Amino acid sequence: MIEKKLLLGDEAIALGAIHAGISGVYAYPGTPSTEITEFIQLHAPEVRSRWSSNEKTAMEAALGMSYAGKRALVCMKHVGMNVAADAFVNSAITGINGGLVVLAADDPSMHSSQNEQDSRFYGKFAMIPILEPSSQQEAYDMMPFAYALSEEHKLPVLMRVVTRLAHSRADVEVKAPLQQKVLSPDSERTHWVLLPGNARRQYASLVEKQPALQASAETSPYNIGATKSCSKAKLGVVACGIAYNYVMENDPASLGIPVVKVSHYPLPVSAIKAFAEQCDKILVAEDGQPVVEEQIGALLGGDYKLCGRLTGDLPRTGELTPDSVGRALGVVSTPTFVAAQNVMPRPPALCQGCGHRDVYNALNKVASEYADARIFGDIGCYTLGALPPFRAIDSCVDMGASITMAKGAADAGLHPAIAVIGDSTFTHSGMTGLLDAVNDGSAITVIISDNLTTAMTGGQDSAGTNKFEAICLGLGVKPEHVRVVVPLPKNMEEITQIIREEIEYRGVSVIIPRRECIQTLNRKLRQQKAKQE
Amino acid sequence: MKKDIILAGVGGQGILTIATIIGDAAAHAGVNLKQAEVHGMSQRGGDVQSNLRLSTQSIYSDLVREGAADLIISMEPMEALRYLHYLNSDGWVVSSSRPFKNIPNYPDEQALMKELQSLPRVAVLDIEELAKQNNMPKSANIVLLGMAAPYIEILSPAQLRESIARVFSSKGEQVVKVNQQAFDLGLNAVK
Repeated sequence: MIEKKLLLGDEAIALGAIHAGISGVYAYPGTPSTEITEFIQLHAPEVRSRWSSNEKTAMEAALGMSYAGKRALVCMKHVGMNVAADAFVNSAITGINGGLVVLAADDPSMHSSQNEQDSRFYGKFAMIPILEPSSQQEAYDMMPFAYALSEEHKLPVLMRVVTRLAHSRADVEVKAPLQQKVLSPDSERTHWVLLPGNARRQYASLVEKQPALQASAETSPYNIGATKSCSKAKLGVVACGIAYNYVMENDPASLGIPVVKVSHYPLPVSAIKAFAEQCDKILVAEDGQPVVEEQIGALLGGDYKLCGRLTGDLPRTGELTPDSVGRALGVVSTPTFVAAQNVMPRPPALCQGCGHRDVYNALNKVASEYADARIFGDIGCYTLGALPPFRAIDSCVDMGASITMAKGAADAGLHPAIAVIGDSTFTHSGMTGLLDAVNDGSAITVIISDNLTTAMTGGQDSAGTNKFEAICLGLGVKPEHVRVVVPLPKNMEEITQIIREEIEYRGVSVIIPRRECIQTLNRKLRQQKAKQE
Repeated sequence: MKKDIILAGVGGQGILTIATIIGDAAAHAGVNLKQAEVHGMSQRGGDVQSNLRLSTQSIYSDLVREGAADLIISMEPMEALRYLHYLNSDGWVVSSSRPFKNIPNYPDEQALMKELQSLPRVAVLDIEELAKQNNMPKSANIVLLGMAAPYIEILSPAQLRESIARVFSSKGEQVVKVNQQAFDLGLNAVK
């Protein structure tokens, strides 16, 4: 009997990887990728799965596992690819031993992100195969396929999903699991030691592999060409990944619109060229940035009628929907009900009882005493301090940028320059910036708002828990300027006084307000209560 | 047959539990399902929604089309109205009547209720009060599921009731019993 499971896209990826015989998953939590690693942690104790400090350490550790001959998975959100990029791009130069799959979860529409960069650019940049599932079933099926592809070409494979696939549930038929691979470390030092002499050979070898990668995409089971038709179609669609669903939802067959599905890159150019001859015009439907539209434009030349996100036939930004794709296909839907009158936006907010609230109350109080005070924020729940009622932070750019931007501004003469960073973000990318500030003697006040967890993504373990004072002292912050407080309303006077003192000190100070996340605390209390009952 | 449902509410009100129960019932009944959820930042007291698509045929899009939803189930009256342009001409709105005010510019309550009640097919109830009166304050979301059950059609109330037992089984018999009572309470309130 076929076994069916109701799985989130992320869970389908996780189960597919487990069944493909991975020995380890390496990841830093990031929406919408977090649930992949969580599923493996919960369901596959035989797979190494502890959270990594950041995406770069994750990518490198996975490459090490591949070097040792075993299959490894790395998962991250799209902006995590920027952090992992050095290791990622060079893993295509070294090549792999055990199969290596890099999973990037993109977030078009920026549901929980600061940009909507498209990870397919990274795959093309690194010159490796990219897989882009359109459904949960494909996500599951593609994992063993990806590992086989990786080992066949001796290259990492990038799998790219978007939020709507990662966080949507559907039935998935599951198959029999494969065994993990045995330890068999690579001994080809010339592949792995990227001295220029070796690297040049390896890069030439990567270039030589491209025709084979192209051939595998042309015949891939995940790329579906249009059936030959005797008459020429007015419009044809090239649908990539999840965009295929939005196209099919509009029943293109009934409109006489043929469709080519692309879920395996490099772009299958022969299929696209043949398709272009069958159609007067092609619409490219792809979620994210116009990666394929640009490539097809170059392939077919400026005279061919090509449309998509670049021409405005589809919105230039934001995720696609069945409605936006429908409009591009000429399907007009007229909703019965117009948008309601009595509706206001309801932005997210820090939880009641959250320690970050007390931190911002104290910071706002002290900052109001200085005309030029600036507070540099970072990535996490506490980014919500930008919204009312706090309106406390002046910047939020990327993981760790609070400390380094405060440092740069302080170097320019700004005072007070205050950084607010969470515990997990600090160990992800804040520590090196703090070392720079210490070495430069920059006059900054760093608040490490420690809630003992990675809260924004749902309460995963935080890499530095119980280590922050030791880390700061080790990096050279003076012991008298490492201050720990408990962020509670009753301690407001003490906290504000300490902030004032450390602002007045013209060197590097670290204040650590430490109180457990209210969400993880309540969860623990509920679990304890359930155990007692 | 198909049913496109939009579940709406405020982060933390329990709409994903409703989605889980409907999803479990669909899986057991052999009905195809796609259910897009919201995770991450928006769960912190912001508006949350889930697109739930049920069909006896294969489903492509994870998202419901505008003007195509058969049912909006909402834990909060303003959140029910947020997705009105997704509702089809025969669609039902099943909503809690109790506003959740965590924003300073929440609309005028009377105007809001008037707009909601003016819809052609709507069922509104103070589910939180009902749950409280019956000593099940944590099961207001399941009362709402009971209210919506007759309109789901592609799954029967009995099938949904069985799923409540499966979904809550790990939490013990008492929790299952209370939630099935909550479901019946909602179901009987709209009958």
